Amino acid sequence: MPGQAANPPAWLGVSRLVAKRVLSALLTLLLVSVVIFVAASLLPGDAAQEVLGQSATAEQVAALRHEMGLDRPAVTRYADWLTSMLRGDPGWSYIAGMSVRDLIGTRLVNTLSLAGVTALVSVVLAMTIGLVSAINRGARLDRALNVVTLSLVAMPEFLIATVFVLIFSVKLVWLPSIAMISEEATWGETLRSCALPVACLAFVVTAQMARLTRAAVADELDRPYVEMARLKGVPLRRIVLFHIMPNAAGPVLNAMALSLSYLMGGALVIETIFSYPGLASLMVNAVTSRDMPLLQACAMVFCAAYLALILIADIVAILANPRLRA
Amino acid sequence: MRWAASLPLSGRIGLALVVFWLLVAIAGPMIAPYPVGRFVDQEVFSPLTGQFWLGSDYLGRDVLSRLIWGARYTVMLAAGAAALAVLAGTSVALFAAIRGGWIDEFISRAMDTLISIPSKIFSLVLVAAFGSSLPLLLLIAALIYIPGNYRIARALAVNLAEMDFVAVARARGEGALHIAWREILPNMIHPLLADMGLRFVFVVLLLSGLSFLGLGVQPPYADLGSLVRENISGLAQGSSAILSPALAIASLTVGANLLIDALKPGGGH
Repeated sequence: MPGQAANPPAWLGVSRLVAKRVLSALLTLLLVSVVIFVAASLLPGDAAQEVLGQSATAEQVAALRHEMGLDRPAVTRYADWLTSMLRGDPGWSYIAGMSVRDLIGTRLVNTLSLAGVTALVSVVLAMTIGLVSAINRGARLDRALNVVTLSLVAMPEFLIATVFVLIFSVKLVWLPSIAMISEEATWGETLRSCALPVACLAFVVTAQMARLTRAAVADELDRPYVEMARLKGVPLRRIVLFHIMPNAAGPVLNAMALSLSYLMGGALVIETIFSYPGLASLMVNAVTSRDMPLLQACAMVFCAAYLALILIADIVAILANPRLRA
Repeated sequence: MRWAASLPLSGRIGLALVVFWLLVAIAGPMIAPYPVGRFVDQEVFSPLTGQFWLGSDYLGRDVLSRLIWGARYTVMLAAGAAALAVLAGTSVALFAAIRGGWIDEFISRAMDTLISIPSKIFSLVLVAAFGSSLPLLLLIAALIYIPGNYRIARALAVNLAEMDFVAVARARGEGALHIAWREILPNMIHPLLADMGLRFVFVVLLLSGLSFLGLGVQPPYADLGSLVRENISGLAQGSSAILSPALAIASLTVGANLLIDALKPGGGH
C-alpha cells in the first residue's frame, strides 16, 4: 500500500514510548528529591545545634551554621545538594566525621549483593509456586497456596527472622545469627553467614511474587486460544508452559520487578536483625543519630533503585506487548 | 450472622481474629490482670504459669498485661491512621475528580511523586525529621498511605462523575459538595472500606516494624513491635515474652488479610 511506506518504522514508536517513560521516571526522581530535601530540612531546631549539643555558645552554633551552609537560602542549599548528589559526592556527615560517600561505599555493594542473591532465589521459587497454582486453578492445592502466600504477605519481617533464628541458630545450631562479611572469609563462610538473611528476605518477597505471577497467568486462562487448546485435548500443564507463558511473559516479568521493590522495606529490618553491614542498616543508624546528610543520601539511593525497578517493569510491559510493537 | 456464615472458612477465621483483637484493644484495660508497668515477678523470662499466664518479660513484668496494652496501642494507632488516610485521600480525590483540569493534574502528579517513595524509607525520613511521639506516628503513617488511597478513590470518582445520574444532578444545579457527598461517595463506599482494611494492615506492619527498630512507639508506651524489641534477649530461650507479641501481630494482620480477601468480589475463589 502506498500509505504504508510513509509510516515510521514500528521500533520508532516503541523507542519513543520508552524514552517518554524514562523521562517521566527522571522527573519523578527529581520531585522525590525535593520531597526528601524539604522533609529532612523541616527538623525542629537546627542541625548545627543538634551536632554541638546544648552546651554550645551562640557563636559556636553560628560558626558551624555558616560552615554547614545553613545560613544560606533553602533553594541554594537544595541546588548545591542536588548537584553534589549528581556528581556522586553527597556531602559530609558531621555526626560520623566522614564523607557520606565513604560511609555508603562498600555498604551499597553489600546490600546489592544481598538483594541480587535474594532475587535469584525468589524468582525461581515464585515461578514454581505461581505456575503450580495457576495450573491447578480453583483446586484444593491452589486454594491452600493462596491462603499460605496471603498469610506470608501479611507477616512482619521480624517475625520470620526471629522464628528462623530460633530454629536454625538456637535449636539446631546450623547457621550463625549474625552475618559477618570480611575480606578474609572464604566463599563457604560468607554463604553460611548470609544464608539466614537471604532466606528471610526471600520468604517475604517470594510470597508476593508468587501471587502476582499466578494472577498474571490466571488472567490468560480464560482466553479463547486456551479454550481452543483445551478442546484439542492439550494437557493443562502443557498449555500453561508452552501456550500461556510466551503470552504472559510481560505481565510475569512486570510482577517480578514490582515485587522486588519489597526488598527495600524488608532489608531495613533484616539487615538490622542480622547486623548485616548494608545500606539499610546504615540508614537505620542514621535515623537514630539524626545524621541528616547521610539519611538523605540513603533515602535517595533507595528511591532511585525503587523507581528503576518500576521503570524496568514498565518498559518490559511495553516491549512484551505486540500491539505496541506492530 | 447469616453474612458471616456465607464467608469461606478462611474468611470466617479472619473475621474471628479481627473481632478478637478489636475486643482486646477496646476492653484491654479491664481484663489486664496486672498494671502494665509493674514488676510482679522475681524471675525474668519465666515460663507460663497459673499466676502469669504468658510468663514474665525481661524485667519481670507480666507478659499478658503488656501484650493486652501493646495490642491496644497497635490497633488504635493503625485504625486511626488508616481512617485518617482514607478520609484525607478520598476527600482530595473527590475534589480533584470534580474540579478536573489543571488542579486535578497537579494533585495527581504530587500524589504520584509521594507514592514512588517506598513507605518504610519515607517513614524513616519523617521520623528523623519530626520525632516519634504517638500523635506524630499516627500522622506520619496516615500521610504515607494517603497517596495510595487517593489513587484508588480518584479512579473510582472519575468513572462515577461521568455517569448519567451525576449529569442529572449537575443539570439540577446541585453544588459540588452535594455531588461529591450525595451522588458519588455513596457509590464508592465498598471499595473504599476494603482499601481502609488494607491500609490498616500496612500501618500495623509499618509501625510495628518501626517500633521493632526502636524508632516507633517510645517508652513508657509500648506497642506490639516494641514488646518484641525489648524482649529480644529472650530469643535464645524461646521465651513467650518475645514469641507472643510477634504471633499477636501476625494473627492480627493475617486475619485482616484473610477477611479482606474473602470479601473481594469473587474472593476466596
